[in-house]
Amino acid sequence: MTFFQADGLAINFGGIRALDGVSFEVDAGQVFTIIGPNGAGKTTIFNLVSRIYDPTAGRLIFCGEDVTRVPPHEIARRGIARTFQNIELFEHATVLQNVLLGRHAHKRSYFAEELLFLPRVRALEIEHREAAEKVIDFLDLQPYRESLIINLPYGVRKVVEMARALCAEPKLLLLDEPSSGLSVEETEDMAFWIQDIRNLLGITVLMVEHDMSLVSAVSDRVLALNYGRSIAMGTAREVQDHPDVIKAYLGG
Amino acid sequence: MRFIFKTSYVQDLALFRDRAQRNWYVALFIALLALPRLLPEYLGDISLVFIYALCGMALMVLVGYTGLVSLGHSAFLGIGAYAHVYFTQDLGMPWLAAVALAATVTAAAGMLVGLPALRMTGVYLTIATLAFALIIQEVLTRWDRVTGGLRGKPVQKAVVFGLSVGNEAGFYFLCLGFLIGCLWLTCNLLRSPTGRAWVAIRDSEVAAQSMGVNLAVYKTIAFAYSAGLMGVAGALFAHKISFLAPDIFSVLLSIQFLLMVAVGGLGSLHGAVFGAVFVALLPVVISQARDAVPVWAGQVFGVFGKDAGRAVFSVVDRFVKQPGLEPGIFGLILVLFILFEPLGVYGRWMKLRLYFSTFPLYKRATFKRQRAYMRSERLR
Repeated sequence: MTFFQADGLAINFGGIRALDGVSFEVDAGQVFTIIGPNGAGKTTIFNLVSRIYDPTAGRLIFCGEDVTRVPPHEIARRGIARTFQNIELFEHATVLQNVLLGRHAHKRSYFAEELLFLPRVRALEIEHREAAEKVIDFLDLQPYRESLIINLPYGVRKVVEMARALCAEPKLLLLDEPSSGLSVEETEDMAFWIQDIRNLLGITVLMVEHDMSLVSAVSDRVLALNYGRSIAMGTAREVQDHPDVIKAYLGG
Repeated sequence: MRFIFKTSYVQDLALFRDRAQRNWYVALFIALLALPRLLPEYLGDISLVFIYALCGMALMVLVGYTGLVSLGHSAFLGIGAYAHVYFTQDLGMPWLAAVALAATVTAAAGMLVGLPALRMTGVYLTIATLAFALIIQEVLTRWDRVTGGLRGKPVQKAVVFGLSVGNEAGFYFLCLGFLIGCLWLTCNLLRSPTGRAWVAIRDSEVAAQSMGVNLAVYKTIAFAYSAGLMGVAGALFAHKISFLAPDIFSVLLSIQFLLMVAVGGLGSLHGAVFGAVFVALLPVVISQARDAVPVWAGQVFGVFGKDAGRAVFSVVDRFVKQPGLEPGIFGLILVLFILFEPLGVYGRWMKLRLYFSTFPLYKRATFKRQRAYMRSERLR
């Protein structure tokens, strides 16, 4: 059984065909990267997988289940968590609150219990907190636990967003340009973390990325897109040397 | 700067930050218990502050925490008030049961308003709630079998567990009890997953959704809970004003509630209470100033001769006795707060505290509003 499969994905925005029959498979435990020039449809794939958009055609299959029409808030419960290209953190909340929201997919308390803050809610909150602390520890976010997001530098926000996604204990993690806006050292740290996420936590990673050094450092498989069509698939080396990919980036 | 050394996760779930903060609240509570003896002539006004604080808290949950702006809260207050009076006086239900049922009815109404709200954002939602407020006011006018219509409806004194709460002190304690109880319930929600989901919806709907927050469910819960609190406030408000008429629950009242949360400070329960103090006591201050200011002005300008003093007195007197002065001042204050202190009174207090606690290292940027162009607006 394939872990995650996109089958003939297509979507139109008005007259623009942003994706045109893109198919790919991600095996469990892989880091799968999607590259491509601007406007190739990379983030669109993410928005389809996290169900913000409805595909015009095609299917998404996750762990043997068709998730093409699952409502967007259910996706996290199925085990898919994501980050955003332009950081979508809750800015007027602390890092801890942000990370704890990542636990929402594991919420088990009911409204009436929460209203009275019964002992069960307290116990569940502590359970959530322990899970959150594990992630904070994993990503070295201890110094920032109580800071508001608006006070944090961009690089840390990126990590916080990843922490929030990890807190959902996903099986598949979608990282939308994890290195955008990061310095060289921060990008290197990001590479180590992505490898740790795969190797230590056993989470499959689907990633959109431009930084080819990061792509070749961590990716098991790479898919290149251009104008909504897949033009090459394989290891980072193979895709980078593919004539169509070079043509897509440099023209000619 | 003082740091709290935390040794257990339970500390973060506590209602009070540390022992010092708890002691301050205990001191405040004792002061409030002693207030009927200290300021007996102001008890009525302070009871109104408590009721307004309930309303402010209700609106704060919706506006300050969930980010949904409502102009329909006067209607919820009206529904709560009329339902409570109908249940106690026309159906003869026990007082507490009537309050609970009034809150339930109002919460159901809130849920009904919340349903279309799921499809609307921003100012469109506000307009829809405004329409709701107008509709409810019309219903209260026309449905005179239940509401008494334009003739109005007198409200009897509250009788709780067979005890008549006729005197001001008794009613004061009743309001205080309800305020503390509802504050506790709201604090509980805000420290649980539901509260976090609300804040998440406020700050980024897309992110909230992809972390598993069902936007429809949590927006509806926010509306229903907020309306339910308004129902409780409405029941107390009915006894406070002791005569119900539809024109009391006009849109102007909704605007006052909105003023309350904006002036108090969006996104904090403290702000709701501060705002309530402000909005409930401002008319008292204005009415006292109406009598006092012309006299002062006359006295000050009296040094230039008796005629000058009298002339200034009459000009100032005519100015402050204008009927539109009060809403005018309310509006002016709202505009000034939104321009210069969008975080409200509580925000100012926080800045002041942070300034002193981090003294030479205070960063103004902490409270700078972020420009929104980086956010994925196009996903909405």
